[in-house]
Amino acid sequence: MKELFQFTKVSALILGLAMITTTASASTLEDVKKKGVLSCGVSEGVPGFSNPDSSGKWVGLDVDMCRAVAAAVLGDPTKIKFVPLASKQKIIAVTSGQVDLTSRTTTWTMKRDTKEGADFTAVVYYDGQGFMVRKEDGIKSAKEMSGASVCVTTGTTTELNIADYSRANNLKLEAVVFDGKKEALNAYASGRCDVFTTDTSQLASLRTTLKDPENHIILPEIISKEPLSPLVRHGDNQWKDIITWVIFGLINAEEKGVTAANAAEMKAKSTDPTVQRMLGKTGDLGTFIGLDNDWLLRAITSVGNYGEIYERNLTKTLGLERGVNQLWSKGGILYASPLR
Amino acid sequence: MTNPTIFVPKPDREAPAQAKGFLHWLKHHVFNGWFNSALALSLIAIIVLTVPQVIQWAFIKATWVGDSANCKTSPDGACWSFIAAKFRVLMVGVYPAAESWRGIVGALVLAILIITTITNHLKGKVLIVAWLLLPVFGYWIIGGGFGLNEVDQSSWGGLMLSVLLALVGIIVSIPLGIVLALGRFSGSPITKSLCIGFIETVRGVPLITILFMSSVMMPLFLPPGFIIDNMLRIQTGMIFFSAAYVAEVVRGGLQALPKGQFEAASSLGINYPKTLYLIVLPQALRHVLPPLIGRCISMFKNTSLVIIVGLLDFLGMIKSASLDSEWLGFETEAYVFGAVVYFSICYSLSRYGAHLEKSDPVLQK
Repeated sequence: MKELFQFTKVSALILGLAMITTTASASTLEDVKKKGVLSCGVSEGVPGFSNPDSSGKWVGLDVDMCRAVAAAVLGDPTKIKFVPLASKQKIIAVTSGQVDLTSRTTTWTMKRDTKEGADFTAVVYYDGQGFMVRKEDGIKSAKEMSGASVCVTTGTTTELNIADYSRANNLKLEAVVFDGKKEALNAYASGRCDVFTTDTSQLASLRTTLKDPENHIILPEIISKEPLSPLVRHGDNQWKDIITWVIFGLINAEEKGVTAANAAEMKAKSTDPTVQRMLGKTGDLGTFIGLDNDWLLRAITSVGNYGEIYERNLTKTLGLERGVNQLWSKGGILYASPLR
Repeated sequence: MTNPTIFVPKPDREAPAQAKGFLHWLKHHVFNGWFNSALALSLIAIIVLTVPQVIQWAFIKATWVGDSANCKTSPDGACWSFIAAKFRVLMVGVYPAAESWRGIVGALVLAILIITTITNHLKGKVLIVAWLLLPVFGYWIIGGGFGLNEVDQSSWGGLMLSVLLALVGIIVSIPLGIVLALGRFSGSPITKSLCIGFIETVRGVPLITILFMSSVMMPLFLPPGFIIDNMLRIQTGMIFFSAAYVAEVVRGGLQALPKGQFEAASSLGINYPKTLYLIVLPQALRHVLPPLIGRCISMFKNTSLVIIVGLLDFLGMIKSASLDSEWLGFETEAYVFGAVVYFSICYSLSRYGAHLEKSDPVLQK
């Protein structure tokens, strides 16, 4: 029995009998292939990013990134184990090898990438602090908010950002501070302030909880940088490359119009050399990262390209527009390095 | 001779109208003095102001069937169809649907065990062995192995996980606690100081600290490749925490025993293990049964803390269910449901404790 065995391990540890065997840690790719399952750290519940749905299936953008990796590496998007992680565990879990990959709305910062022993892969969502206002106020841009009162959560960077933004643009914003996000939102809804501010990804889901979501708009300005990226253990370059290029692959697939539905057909018929390379008809891109040539085809057919993932998880249910997360060719900042 | 007159007392007069009946009771118990009257009136006002609102929200304007769109049409009422839609995840979390029957079997076995215990159909050694086997059974039926498909611990969740954590925690910690309490009484200074050290250290830190240590810090001390599931580390932490408290409860029972019991046993030539098993423990444990039930209740409530270390227990599932993008904005219903479930379980346990106290002649002294 596995549990009993693990129990023995725990007791052995506690009695100080655990042998300290510092075997050189094998490559994560080998480990994952040997286990036959990818263990992926996700959050315990962020709408649109990762959350169990009513049938107990994990859904969300972060979750789909894990599924794409499982499909590319193991050939099956269901060979995956989702480990819910609290915010404090998200880095330690991956650096200590408890999970192979953390995909949990984590902002890519210098400290985390260097000192804390994690490696970030590629940005899957450009988040940042945004504003919500009432439609009837007729505000179209954050620059028009002069003198407005802003409901904000205390003790977060959100509060500092708003002070900086107000001073930089000479807006004389008055911050009304609350303990929790929900309290701040309720105060805004009851008319205590003119503006509500938090990260845009959450603005959208919080807006749907209002009684009259159609009467509120989210302004286009984003005043802070929160690039969210999956992370892996520092020092396993091949594994990091795999995650990075799966994500880049999904974004490139959107650029080329390759979708879950048409990927197999495009592989057979497309004459575009980029698409042919991408789907493994020509070239040997897969071997560069220790996989076969169908790696990206499998990832795309199982979860769709980046646009489909975004649409399914964020636009359809939360009404979140693409904004800066649009492709660079369509006015956004999503710019994936070329597959060649 | 005349017939002797027999004294027949007149029947008692009825109490005066002011000294009986509901009005009297009201006057003497509720409106005696200006302070109590004011208190009673304001409480009545609060009840009149709130209860109809609650009933309106919870029943009259509530939505019982349909999806979140149906609920949004009646924003002033509760959305119980949300609970219905989320019932499965609240009970078993992300446990695979094909294996859900195992949660039901586990619950049935637990229910049978509880009923046979309460109705006194299980007694003595059978009772103790049955309960001691329950953690093993629980881990087997939920986790698999030995003929059942293995289900990874990361997908255990919901009420099932809360009950499992609490049950295994309390059942394993009672024997451990007894050993620690006996160790505290032991003659050997090394055993004694080890036990005291353990008990006081664990009792000196909050449970949250232990949970953080076992879930966040422990992986850092483990050699690479030596992976223990988060849940198992937390379960171990909870067992240690509970054991320290059980040890103190049991110590109370041991100290309540007169010294003569030990001396009488020694003078009859009964050896130490037998003295413990036949004389000391039966008496001591009987005394501490009510506080042990109290430990069970607080253990069950403590399991809700695992939400901060990333386990999706009942409370964690409530939180995560109310964050589902298809059902945003119904956290009130979710938390009300959670409160009702926690209350019914804890209240039943506490009633059972009270019942034990009443029915046991030893405890009534």
